[in-house]
Amino acid sequence: MENLFVGIADGLRSSLGGLPPELGEAIVMLVKLVAILVFILVNALWLVYMERKVAGYMQARIGPNRVGPKGLLQTTCDIGKLICKEIIIHKDTDKVVFMLAPVLVFVPTLMVFAVIPFGKNMAAIDMNIGLLYLLAIASTSTIIFWMAGWASNNKYSLIGSMRSVAQMVSYELPMVLAILGVIMITGSLNMSDIIAAQEHTWFIFTQPIAFLIFFIASVSECNRAPFDLIEGESELVNGFNTEYGGMAFAMFYLAEYANMLVCCAMVTILFLGGWHAPFGLDFIPSWLWFFIKMYIVMFVIMQLRWTYPRIRVDQLMGFGWKVLVPLSLANIFVTGIGMYIYRAIGW
Amino acid sequence: MIRTQEYNLNFGPQHPSTHGVFRIVLTLDGERVVKAEPICGYLHRGVEKLAEARTYTQVIPYTDRLDYLAAMLQNWGYVMAVEKLMQVEVPERAEYMRVICGELSRLASHLIAIGTYSLDIGAFTGFLLAFRERETTMDLLEELTGSRMTLSYARIGGVADDAPEGWLDKVDKFMDQMPACIDEYDGLITGNEIFQARTMQIGVLKPETAINYSISGPSLRGSGVDYDLRKAKPYSVYDRFDFEVPLGTNGDCFDRFDCRMKEMRQIVRIVKQAIEQIREIDGPVRGKVPKVIKPPAGDAYAEIETSKGIIGYYVVSDGSPKPYRVHVRRPSFINLGYLDEMLRGYLVADVVAILGSLDIMLGEVDC
Repeated sequence: MENLFVGIADGLRSSLGGLPPELGEAIVMLVKLVAILVFILVNALWLVYMERKVAGYMQARIGPNRVGPKGLLQTTCDIGKLICKEIIIHKDTDKVVFMLAPVLVFVPTLMVFAVIPFGKNMAAIDMNIGLLYLLAIASTSTIIFWMAGWASNNKYSLIGSMRSVAQMVSYELPMVLAILGVIMITGSLNMSDIIAAQEHTWFIFTQPIAFLIFFIASVSECNRAPFDLIEGESELVNGFNTEYGGMAFAMFYLAEYANMLVCCAMVTILFLGGWHAPFGLDFIPSWLWFFIKMYIVMFVIMQLRWTYPRIRVDQLMGFGWKVLVPLSLANIFVTGIGMYIYRAIGW
Repeated sequence: MIRTQEYNLNFGPQHPSTHGVFRIVLTLDGERVVKAEPICGYLHRGVEKLAEARTYTQVIPYTDRLDYLAAMLQNWGYVMAVEKLMQVEVPERAEYMRVICGELSRLASHLIAIGTYSLDIGAFTGFLLAFRERETTMDLLEELTGSRMTLSYARIGGVADDAPEGWLDKVDKFMDQMPACIDEYDGLITGNEIFQARTMQIGVLKPETAINYSISGPSLRGSGVDYDLRKAKPYSVYDRFDFEVPLGTNGDCFDRFDCRMKEMRQIVRIVKQAIEQIREIDGPVRGKVPKVIKPPAGDAYAEIETSKGIIGYYVVSDGSPKPYRVHVRRPSFINLGYLDEMLRGYLVADVVAILGSLDIMLGEVDC
C-alpha cells in the first residue's frame, strides 16, 4: 500500500521501456499531471458536497440526501445542470476578458499542485524552490479575480475585485513572513526537505504562532468566511462573480474549493508534518496520512465558515497590517534568537 | 495627483439584504457612503384605498398583508380602532387570547429579525437556528388560526375562535424551552467577537433624534428611550402582567439587536403569565356585535406596540357598512425616515448592518 502510486509510476515507466527514455519520461509526467488534474476536479466537486453536509449538520438540518446514495451525486448533477445553462454575457462587458477569467481561474491552482508532495516520493515535480514557486503562482490568482470583476462592468463586481486585490496584498505578506520561520529552521525551500525535517517534531509545536498566522492568512487567501469579503453575498450580492452564470460561475465556485485544497495541503506540509505518521502509526500509508490531515484542516475551515459572521473591509485590513504583520515579524525574531541559543548550547 | 470620483450604487430593489424590495441609491466615495436616498413603493398595493371598498370585517385580512411576520398584531390594531369607534366591550378571555396570539406573533417576528440580521452580518447558521424555533411558533399559530402567516385571527369584538383543546399546554411547554434557545442564539450571535465588532458604534441613533424622527419600537428603545406602549399606555390586559422593557445604552446597531433579543425573554414571561391567568377565566371569546357592522359616523384612532414599533389605525366612518377612510401609521416606514443621515460616513457593509438593525418590513413600508 505504501508505495501504491510510486509503484504504478514505476510500472508504467518499465512498460514503456521500448520507447526512447525521453519520450517514456514525458508520458509518465503527462500521466502524473492528468492524475492530479482529475484528483483536484473530483475533489472540488465532492468538497462542495462535504461543505453542504457539514453546514447541514451544523444548522440542525440534514443537507443533500436525494440524488444518489446519501446524496453523493448531488453536486455532480448540479454541475450537469450548470453546464446546460446558457452563459449570459451582457452587452457592456469586456467580452474577451470576461470569458477568459473563468477559463484561467483554475490555472494557478493546477500549477501549484505540481509541486505538492502527497506522500513519500509522491510529488509530480520535486522542485528545489518548491515553496517559492508555490507562493509566486498562488498570488497570481488575484489577477483573475480582478479580471472577472473589472470585465463584468458592474459596480458590485468592481467593489468585490478591488477588495480582492487589497485583501490578497495585505494577507500575502504575513503569510510569507510566517513561512519564513519554518524556512529558517529547515534551511530549504524544497517541500520534501521541509517534511523530512518534521520527522520527530511537527512545526506546529515549534512554530505555533507562525501556524496561526499562516492558517488565518490562508483562509483569507482562499476567500473563505470570515474573510469572504470579495463575495460578501449580503452586501455585494456575489462580489466579483455577480454577472457570471452557468458553467462560468461554476468554475469560480469549484476553483474556490480547489484553492482551499491548496491551502489545506500547505498547512499540512508546513506545520502538520506532511505525510509523516503520528504516534508511529506507520501501517497506514504515508499518502493516506497526508489526506487525513488535509481533510481535518478542511473540516476546520468549513466549521469556521458556518460559525463566524463576515468581518468588515477596514477591520480586515487593520487586522492584517496591525496584528498579523508585526506578529509574524516578531516570530521571525524569536525564531532567530531561539536558533542561536539552540546552536550555542550545541544540542 | 490621483483624481477620485464619487459614483452611484443602486442598492436594491433586487438585492439580497434589503429585506424585500427596498431600494437605496447610494452615492459612494470608494466604499464610503456620501449620501443615501431611500426609495420605497415597490410593494405598494394600496391597502388603505382597498379598505374603502370593503366592509369592516373584510378589511381584517388586508391588515395581515402589512406585516405578514406578525400578522396578529396588525389585526389587533385595526379591530381595536373599530371597537373604539363602535364602543364594543371585548370579553376578558378574548383579550387574553389576543395577548397570547399577539405575543407569539411578536416572537415569530423577532426571531426573523435576529435571524436575518445575523445573515446580513454574514453568519448563516444563526439564521437557520432562529428559523427552527420560528417553525414551532408557526405550527402553534397554525393550530390556533388555521394559517401560518396571514392569521386573520382577531375579529371585531373578540377573536375568531377559542383555543383548541390542549393548545395552551403546548404553548406553555414551548415557552419553557424557549429561554434555552435564546441562550443558544446569544452564544452564537450576540457573544461573537466579529459580530460585536461589526455592530457596536455603528449607525448610532441619539435618543433626541430618535424622538424627533418619531422612531418607535426596539429601534427607539435601543437608544435608551423607555417607551413601550404596553407599559406606557397599557391597552388590553397588559397592565396585569409583570414584565420589563429592555433598553439599550448607545443606540447603535448592537443595542437595537440586543433589545430584540432581550424582548424575546420578556415575551416568554408575558405568555407564561397570560396562560396562567386565562385558565381561571371562562366565557365567550366574541363580544356582542351586530351581524352587519355599522359604526356610527365619526372617527377613532387606536395604536398598539407591534414588533416593529407603534402601529396606529385611524378609521373614519360615515355610518355605512364600509369605512370611509382607513389610515395606517406604519412604524417600519416612519423608522426609515432617518436612514440617510444614519448611513452617511459608513461603509457599504455597514449599510446592510444599519438597515437590518432597523428591522423593516416592506409590506408595511409600502402598505
